[in-house]
Formats: sequence, C-alpha cells, structure tokens
Amino acid sequence: MVHTFVFDGRSFALDTESGSFFEIDEIVKAILNGGDMSLFSSCAVKEATAEIERLKADGVLFAPPIKAELPEYSPVIKAMCLNVSHNCNLACAYCFAEGGTYNDERRNMSFDTAKAAIDMLVEASGRNLEVDFFGGEPMLDLDVVKRTVYYARSLEKEKNKNFRFTITTNAYKLTDEDIDFFNEQMYNVVISVDGRPEVHDRVRKSVGGQKTFDTVIKNALRFKERRKGQYYVRGTFTRYNLDFCSDVLYLNDLGFDQISIEPVVLDGKSPMSIREEDIPTVLAEYDKLAKEYIARRKTDKWFNFFHFMTDIDNAPCAVKRLKGCGAGGEYVAVAPDGTIYPCHQFDGIKATALGKLGGTLDEDMRKKFYYCAVPSKPECSECWAKYYCSGGCMANSYKFNNDINAPYKPACELMRKRVECALAIKAIEESENAETAD
Amino acid sequence: MTHIRVIRKSTIDNGCDTACGECQTSCQSACKTSCTVGNQSCERKGGVKVLNPQRKQK
Repeated sequence: MVHTFVFDGRSFALDTESGSFFEIDEIVKAILNGGDMSLFSSCAVKEATAEIERLKADGVLFAPPIKAELPEYSPVIKAMCLNVSHNCNLACAYCFAEGGTYNDERRNMSFDTAKAAIDMLVEASGRNLEVDFFGGEPMLDLDVVKRTVYYARSLEKEKNKNFRFTITTNAYKLTDEDIDFFNEQMYNVVISVDGRPEVHDRVRKSVGGQKTFDTVIKNALRFKERRKGQYYVRGTFTRYNLDFCSDVLYLNDLGFDQISIEPVVLDGKSPMSIREEDIPTVLAEYDKLAKEYIARRKTDKWFNFFHFMTDIDNAPCAVKRLKGCGAGGEYVAVAPDGTIYPCHQFDGIKATALGKLGGTLDEDMRKKFYYCAVPSKPECSECWAKYYCSGGCMANSYKFNNDINAPYKPACELMRKRVECALAIKAIEESENAETAD
Repeated sequence: MTHIRVIRKSTIDNGCDTACGECQTSCQSACKTSCTVGNQSCERKGGVKVLNPQRKQK
C-alpha cells in the first residue's frame, strides 16, 4: 500500500509496509494515483515509471506485508498508571474523569494500596518499569506519591529493576519544593494548561468556579525555568477553540518548548465535542501549525509538538507497531480502592475491571485487550497509517462505539493528518538542513 | 533519480532481533487521550531527540 499526500505544495509518498518515505513530483504522483498521464511528456512518464519500478524491485515501494506477527499473549506488565487521587482541585468542563472522581466518591489512594501496586508490578514485569502518577490531581496525595517513589527506588537494586516515574499535574498548587522533588525523581512531568487565558479559563475552573489561568501559568513558568529533564505542557482543545494553533503558539511565546495539545474526547451531546463537520477546520489547523512549526524551529522559538514528533531513524520495530498502546496487557491502571483497569481512561468502568490488588487478574479480559490490535481490526488493516497509530485508543472506541475493536473514526482522521504533518516536517527540515550544509 | 527523492528506506524494523519489549508503553507519555507509536522510539536505538538544541547548548 502506498499513500500519497500534499503538504504546503510538496508531494510525498509513504510505503505502508516498509515505512519507506519519498518526496515525489507531479508525474510520479499521477502514476501512483492513476491520474491523467496526458498532461506529461511520454519521455518524462517513462523516466518516472522506471524510477518507481526500481524502488519496487528494491522492496521499498509496494512492499509485501510485514512478516512480524503479534506475539502470543504474555501476562507481563511493564507500565502502570497509579490514579492516586479520585479528587481534584479543578473542575474542568470536559474532564473524562468527571471532575477527577471517575464517578467515585472523592478519595485518595492509601500508601498500602500504592505499595501493593508496586509489588504487583515488580513481580509481573521485566527490567524497565514505568509508573505514572495520575488523577484527579495527584498532588492532592503527594505524601503517598513520595512514599511510593522512595519505596520503588528501594527495590531497584535488589530486584534488578529500573523505574521511570511520570506525574501529570494541573500545577495549581505547585511549590518550589514540589519542583525539586520532580527534578530528583520524575523522568517526565506533564503540566496541564490549555493555552490562551480565555481558552483555559473557560473550561479549567477551580472547584469553586474561579479562573485558574494566572495561578497555573505562573507556577508552570517557574517549573519550566527550574526543570531539569523532560516535561510537557499539555492542553486539550475543544469545539470552543478549533483555532488551537493559536494556543500552541501562545504557549511557545511564553517560553515553553515541549508542548502537546490534544483533541477533547466527549460524546456528541456536549457543546465542546468535536463533530464531523469540524474535522476540515481541525485538519486545516494542523496544516497551519505545521507550517509555523517549521518556521519557528529555525529561530530562538524552537519547540517540540508531541504529535509532530516522529523518529524515522530509531523507529519502533514492527512488533511494537502491531501491539499498540498496551492497555490491559503490559499497561494497567490502579484506582484508589485497588481496582485494576486496562488504562486510566477505563477507571470507573466496572465492566472492564481486570481485578483487584491482592487477587488474581482476569486473564481472559486482559487477552481481549491484548488481541485488540491492528491485525484483528479489518478497518485498521486497510489503513495506511496503521503502523503509526497501531489501532488507536481503545478507550475512545469503547466510549463512542461500546466496542474496543471499533475505531473511533473522527480520531482516525485527525491521527492520519498528524502523521502526514510529522513526516512532511521531517522531510522538509532535512532538505533545508542539507541545503544549508551545501 | 530525478522524479523521486528518497527520504528514508525501510524504517519499520522487521528483523528477528526485535520485540525486546523494552520500549515505552504508548500512553505513558504526554498525551493520555490520543496515543500513537508513530512518535516513539526504539529503546535500544537511542530514542527520539526532542531536546531544544538551543537549550542543550546552554
């Protein structure tokens, strides 16, 4: 399968099965897409056809399907989301956790529960382990976060484990002491902020209904100045700000250089949900952002946008691309009461619970999630972007289609656009760098 | 070639020495709502370079 696309007047072709990537001219594009060849000279068509045939013979264009197969299910767990708090000091209008509570009572995880979760992870895992502190607002249970980190660290040498910790926080109460702790222990820190003040304050209010932007941004900027290591400022865009490119650039103008803005996940009844008729606007916005992204990365406003990242030189292997996000298999989430879910987004959906700490896990349920992968989804098998999204988000599929195997199609369209932008950015930056070097 | 510029050939590692399982789980990163493996890296090959080159020089 070969997918062609245009970005900023330049044409590209991606060979799905080999991952080979080319910039092409109008003649090649017409040949690949069965276009009107009478527009071109027969000599040029012959020459372009010969180039296509050469790449086909090399196995990098119209390559055969990859040989890798999804490995047999294994009960290994290597990543865990600890939902340490079903409580939040913000009440974001679009929160998939229903104001942080996940339809539960407001409560925090006890240290004993967190410790039992770490013990389970250590027993069920390989060497490299990831633990993400999430909520609600995990900083509302900071003492447990700290004790859990130190407990896990105490096991590393004896058990030959390597923990990588991440925390996602709204930064509303972030102190210098917290930042020092993050620098000491957190591999990655995700700060939630939505962009322009009016955009943020419209949807990210405190529990008491107060605006939060001024406090959050002050703390986030202080964090950024002191941060040693990886971080993201991460926001959500909704139907209220389909011009989200302006929010990304606003955050960049403030000095942030690691930015992620994601589409909201809400059903169609919400005034904030992104609808089918909004998709052309969103796609155009990604194009606009990608062009500005290329321009800024040549200046002192260099930044990284999470969804425009692609590492084509150190890319994941074919098996990883088949496995997808790992929810329910190698990735699980633990709620404050010790219930284990396939991922943080399933927290509170009892029908998907995998078990409880101290008990046995529902391996049949885990297998359902594990085998919900590209090879088992007919719609994904036909998609050129299947090895980049790996089947998409099962929680989105479940929430919209009540079926983890049925892709949530609007998200597919946005995903494909982001992959196109990411590949085009890579190609254009490389060609510009080569010209500079010449 | 004059009509096709090769940017990369065969970026999907399909060899037998793969599937070590040491890579990051997709959703354990920045997104939490729209996961992808397309922007991840092979753990054994060194990982994606996302550091600001200007910040790195400081």
